[in-house]
Amino acid sequence: MITGRFFAAGADRRVAITIFILLAVAIIVPLLNLAVSSTSAFYVPSYVVALTGKYLCYALLALALDLVWGYCGILSLGHGAFFALGGYAMGMYLMRQIGSRGVYGNPLLPDFMVFLNYRELPWFWYGFDHFWFAAIMVLAVPGLLAFVFGWFAFRSRVTGVYLSIITQAMTYALLLAFFRNDMGFGGNNGLTDFKDILGFNVQADATRSALFAASAVTLALAVFVTWAIVGSKYGKLLMAVRDAESRTRFLGWRAENVKLFAFTVSAVMAGIAGALYVPQVGIINPGEFEPSNSIEVVVWAAVGGRGTIVGPIIGALLVNAGKSWFTGVLPAFWLFALGGLFVAVTLFLPKGIVGMWDSWRGNARALRAASIAEEAGTDPDVPPAKIVRSAARTPGDWSASGPEPQPAE
Amino acid sequence: MSKSNTILYLDGVSVSFDGFRAINNLSLVLDKGEMRAIIGPNGAGKTTMMDIVTGKTRPDEGEVFFDGQVDLTKHDEADIAMMGIGRKFQKPTVFESHTIEENLMLALKGPRSIFPALFHRRSATEARQIDHILGIIRLGDKRDELAANLSHGQKQWLEIGMLLAQDPKLLLVDEPVAGMTDAETEETARLLKDIARDHSVIVVEHDMHFVRELGVKVTCLHEGSVLSEGSLDFLSADERVVEVYLGR
Repeated sequence: MITGRFFAAGADRRVAITIFILLAVAIIVPLLNLAVSSTSAFYVPSYVVALTGKYLCYALLALALDLVWGYCGILSLGHGAFFALGGYAMGMYLMRQIGSRGVYGNPLLPDFMVFLNYRELPWFWYGFDHFWFAAIMVLAVPGLLAFVFGWFAFRSRVTGVYLSIITQAMTYALLLAFFRNDMGFGGNNGLTDFKDILGFNVQADATRSALFAASAVTLALAVFVTWAIVGSKYGKLLMAVRDAESRTRFLGWRAENVKLFAFTVSAVMAGIAGALYVPQVGIINPGEFEPSNSIEVVVWAAVGGRGTIVGPIIGALLVNAGKSWFTGVLPAFWLFALGGLFVAVTLFLPKGIVGMWDSWRGNARALRAASIAEEAGTDPDVPPAKIVRSAARTPGDWSASGPEPQPAE
Repeated sequence: MSKSNTILYLDGVSVSFDGFRAINNLSLVLDKGEMRAIIGPNGAGKTTMMDIVTGKTRPDEGEVFFDGQVDLTKHDEADIAMMGIGRKFQKPTVFESHTIEENLMLALKGPRSIFPALFHRRSATEARQIDHILGIIRLGDKRDELAANLSHGQKQWLEIGMLLAQDPKLLLVDEPVAGMTDAETEETARLLKDIARDHSVIVVEHDMHFVRELGVKVTCLHEGSVLSEGSLDFLSADERVVEVYLGR
């Protein structure tokens, strides 16, 4: 019991350390980029700032997915859609900031609209010349879509693989819709050629550093919010719905509302990730709705350890760093490597990197306790490894050990 | 039949799945404060009856009333649970990745919406209630252990404890002693008799020793309707019950 509590404290400490590291990185990396001479060994090149900034956005997306998948068992294969919608909302703001500096020099219409013979700005572009409006849309559009989608899906008690399939269908439908030129979002080419964000040049090193810092701080905040949600009574309920949904219903809880809240919060987080991503990569196009993108997010979370807060972040950073390296060295084999990685993680690391680390540490501690007890000549009071690590953080769909979510009846 | 002073009133209830009549013109009345045991062979419709009462299954026809006036066919599981009907599943179903205490916490009577749960702080009253229930189900020394680590019998008790935390008026208890040792079975009988002092209870059970231990009126179901009703001795003497269930 004491080890259990210690480990609970350990998990909290890990979250605190993660937040601390993210905040420190938000200050140090921009400093090393801007204030250190480019000949110094400590200099961080601008392309590294942009690349890691992008990874932080992916990490936020993976964390968002983990909130619903790891803690509530909703395997969403469409989280890329919420990410892309947040990205489009930001992209629309950035398009409006171009003003008359476009190729066609039209002060009213973005380039692609001139090219496609638009006479006037479509109504849904109104307001996007204000940052505050775009910021609200970044939250509202993915949040609203998730709310409406979740309302119908959870109310109709669509669960498991069927839910995964309809989330996949959702992102695919959006992909096809955004590919159409008459949707008014730039069709195939999407939105690009951005100039300014809040009056600063998006290409400038200082702006890139600021966007990097914003991504790191936002991720830190999201870690805190997720930690607070998961630790609350609602968080316990979320995991209870994951493990025994009908039990929660017969206790009087509305499982559909429990899921809906988490799904909506998660979609908003994904939208924010997309909005931070777009100015850093300089483009948003319908490819972001690609179902395979959403599946990649699942791989990140699985590699790092779903049902943990730190796991998806580590997973997203590692897999993407691996991707950057791999696509540089053996570009043709990246997809095979990704597929192989997923198979390997499923087989050998069912709890992901963080989960594996925890059970390894738990076993080591139990062994040490046993040997100490033996030396002292007392009865070794060795807790089984599975108590040591709170299994609240171990959704056991795949794992052979640990509590299995059990269907009631 | 008058509905007043009944806690549960089923009249002419039928339900079929793919043409199979799981419940066939079933009528059953439970008085307030009564404990009833239900026996019957597999497939007699015992679990389906509980599904109907708790809102999981809608009957094709018939009346289901709770507390004399509430029509249960018009409500869903969460509503019915909030009205005061608690249910223990055949297979013990607890939240395995939570501790015993957290399991009870989630079951404890109180608001059931998202935002209160998000900002919930445990009050002294709640802590007292949990202590009280832990005492009743004898799991006080395991309060911080994960429910996954409990034995089968202890999980059954925890689930009964969760029902108590809900503070229902009517408890539906499906096979509470399945897989228990004799000592645990006796213990459970005592626990249920305790609970029956201030609750109405329906117990479905196959274990005849246990049913005898309870010493209450027994209903025998067969092919979706009531075959016979009365004391266990009366049923044991009933030719039809012996024929379909008890065996010669």
